[in-house]
Amino acid sequence: MKTMQPNRRLLGLLRKESLQILRDPSSIAIAFVLPAVLLLLFGYGVSLDSKGVPVGFVVMQPGAEAASFVGAFQHSTYFAPRVYRTRQAGREALRAREVTGLVVLSADFAQRLKADREAPIQVLVNGVDANSARLLEGYVQGVWAVWLQRELTARQIAIATPVAVQARIWFNPELRSRNYLVPGLLVVNMTLVGALLTAMVFAREWERGTLEALLVTPVTVNEILIGKILPYFVLGMGGMVLSVAMAVFQFGVPLRGSLWVLAVCATLFLLAALGMGLLISIVTRNQFVAGMIAILAAFLPAFLLSGFLFDIGSMPAVVGVITHIVAARYFVTIVQTLFLAGDVWAVILPNAAALALMATFFLGLSRRLLRKRIE
Amino acid sequence: MSASPLSARGLCKTFRADGRAITALSDLTLTLTPGVVTGLIGPDGAGKTTFMRLAAGLLVPDAGSATVLGLDVARDPLAVQSSIGYMPQRFGLYEDLSVNENLDLYADLQGVPCAARPARYDELMAMTGLAPFRDRLAGRLSGGMKQKLGLACTLVNPPRLLLLDEPTVGVDPVSRRELWAIVYRLVSEQAMSVLLSTAYLDEAERCAEVILLHQGQVVAHGPPGQFSAPLTGRTFRVTGAPTRRRRLQATLARQPGVLDAVLQGESVRVVMAPGQRPDCTALSQTLGEPVRGDAVPPRFEDGFVTLLQGERREIPIPQVRVTPSFRGDAILVRDLSRRFGQFLAVQRVSFAVRPGEVFGLLGANGAGKTTTFRMLCGLLPPSSGEVRVAGVDLRHAAARARGRIGYMSQRFSLYANLSARQNLSFFARAYGLTGARAAARLDWALDAFDLQDLAGMESGALPLGYQQRLAMAAALMHEPDILFLDEPTSGVDPLARREFWTRINALAEGGVTVLVTTHFMEEAEYCDRLAIMAAGEILAIGTPSEIKAQAPRPDGEPESEMTMETAFIALIQARDQPE
Repeated sequence: MKTMQPNRRLLGLLRKESLQILRDPSSIAIAFVLPAVLLLLFGYGVSLDSKGVPVGFVVMQPGAEAASFVGAFQHSTYFAPRVYRTRQAGREALRAREVTGLVVLSADFAQRLKADREAPIQVLVNGVDANSARLLEGYVQGVWAVWLQRELTARQIAIATPVAVQARIWFNPELRSRNYLVPGLLVVNMTLVGALLTAMVFAREWERGTLEALLVTPVTVNEILIGKILPYFVLGMGGMVLSVAMAVFQFGVPLRGSLWVLAVCATLFLLAALGMGLLISIVTRNQFVAGMIAILAAFLPAFLLSGFLFDIGSMPAVVGVITHIVAARYFVTIVQTLFLAGDVWAVILPNAAALALMATFFLGLSRRLLRKRIE
Repeated sequence: MSASPLSARGLCKTFRADGRAITALSDLTLTLTPGVVTGLIGPDGAGKTTFMRLAAGLLVPDAGSATVLGLDVARDPLAVQSSIGYMPQRFGLYEDLSVNENLDLYADLQGVPCAARPARYDELMAMTGLAPFRDRLAGRLSGGMKQKLGLACTLVNPPRLLLLDEPTVGVDPVSRRELWAIVYRLVSEQAMSVLLSTAYLDEAERCAEVILLHQGQVVAHGPPGQFSAPLTGRTFRVTGAPTRRRRLQATLARQPGVLDAVLQGESVRVVMAPGQRPDCTALSQTLGEPVRGDAVPPRFEDGFVTLLQGERREIPIPQVRVTPSFRGDAILVRDLSRRFGQFLAVQRVSFAVRPGEVFGLLGANGAGKTTTFRMLCGLLPPSSGEVRVAGVDLRHAAARARGRIGYMSQRFSLYANLSARQNLSFFARAYGLTGARAAARLDWALDAFDLQDLAGMESGALPLGYQQRLAMAAALMHEPDILFLDEPTSGVDPLARREFWTRINALAEGGVTVLVTTHFMEEAEYCDRLAIMAAGEILAIGTPSEIKAQAPRPDGEPESEMTMETAFIALIQARDQPE
């Protein structure tokens, strides 16, 4: 006999969950403080650009040409050049990691420039940090080519470069890594709330025996699920609004797409993450295990396999295939496109469809597995 | 249908764990009498919790059916759940919600109309005595108060059938008495039917009817008097010299025709086979002291034990002979205090335990028992005062003292994924035993504690009684002078408790000093001397009879009728409300 509307029970569950969130400092910390810290860390601290990189120059025969060449580097914000007189001194500095790379101008640098219309240089890079090494190599070559061309033009000597490459960079002309890191962090932050926090909170109900007491009331499985999803959905969206606001106002990342598209896609992604979190906790029923699985299955992939830090295209083929089951991958693509390029439907629609599919899968499976039984 | 509130027909339920099938219920059939409290008792693993969960719709039976208030539980669980109240063993209160907020949640879930709430809440709060704490977070309530709040949440929509799964486990005697008063009121005022499972036999005795489960089947069902009635004329109190009662008990237990022999005060209580009497003349001759036997009325506990025991089982008794490595008292505590910040957990406690004595430490939750215990084992440094264990001052030589003591903690503290044998040999090595000596001790432990047949099994999968025996064996590997037992029988069924105490008695006879904490008042009777603690202080100390004599007598209750429980409650109440 039902004397009450069923939504009364749902309201009770929602109120209970909200009170718990408000009183638990750790859920507020995970939803708001941690995202803000990550944003500040990545926005200010971590940069994949090279700036003020210490580079050593071994100038064996000082002269006008050599000075002009080193000067070309001094004008750039990317380098902080230091000059050594001997190859030996330069090598010592490289070994001691005082400089990340070494450019050697041989004694006949000026002569060869005049005679052969070329100025060969040797570039030594510390390969311990492979990423910086490759960047440095490219930058040095670029500066060298520009300088050589200018020198030769000044001497009115034509150079034998058959094709002139004019590079133009779209969407992020300054190549600021912050512009794609900060939007990507949104995804990591929402994974924290959606998968990790939800998995732990629901597993806690199993552990403390609160769920057993709940299950013997006339509450339905749908009410239990919605009573869990809705509060954490609001919490996750709150974290997202904070992250977007920080990205735009604090870090000046352009937001070229429409807000409503972002909101719809974020909803889909958050539902997928929540579904995954619930599924993990329903299967494990243990806070510690649920936390570990959520970190391994949701949080780390959001960092490493989503294209947020590492380009998916340059991953080994097998890993590239695996990224297709990482929901964060689709959302990272959407978010980076929305922020830097705009509403590019050809990108957004297929990725959003993938998110919708994953959300349906995880939520549907959670619904099937959660029974009003304790077996 | 005004039929039974709960009936079961041919219920079967089997669980699978680690590839083994465990039968919890096999063809269980019963019908509950409406409007009374029915107690559900039985040894561990008898199927009590499984039956409760089946009745509440949390489990589906493999075969058979359960009918609650005329509804088939498996077919219509939601309808059943809206008319029953079920309180699981560990009721899951939301600890970060206040008392009121917890009530609100369950009122919402049970569909209590808003208009009816204030009156219902007031009624429940008055009944449970929680009215002054309505805004307090549930996590900040004491253990007994939490249990009462759990009961209030279960009752928020007055149920017609109330299922309580061991509601009084780990609850101190005062709170236990209050919980029972609430249950009786519900039954008498609201004609509620209550099914309550319990490990306390004195609680079962207070029920109108008792169901005894064993191996998933009903062994007996009827009023508690029916359990003890067949034993009329077969129960005796045997008294010898007060100081030798333990030896008297051991001798009696070996006599033909004796089904059960337990210590009670300075005497031994025995249950005889039909038509037999304890042979006091023979006893007097063997023991060299006058022994007297008086007929006493049978108790519920006697019926329970004889029903389950069937024929008497021979319990292997650990043979020990310890010559103390010290002189004087085994444990000496003088002005011991322990402070945690502003809070004085133990204040100026003094007592002494003689070698070979069984000394009990009793108290409500939060009385300072565990803190005292930890200081005695050298796990926690005292703030002030003196502690000497086995003649060693713990402040200076805690490590040396620890070599002389064995410790068995409240929770199962062995490695669950090692076998019994592996656990024992690990502990032997941890205590520095090697080679032939370690092997000899291992054999001794497996024999003395009846562990041989399951020695290769993973300890985590062993039945609770086995685990507890294994833990005790591990604590005795290095032949300690003193054994510390922290609530060793918590959650253990009455039969296993009896076996456990038979072993403790044997150890004490062999010269081992035993310090034990417990919640079970009948176990206090087994101690030579005991101390009752409250709020960090000792309220009374002495032999069980001395304690009963010290307690203020409730109006009109003759001293002979006083149980340890009434003495305990009277002492605590006298402290709380000094005249």
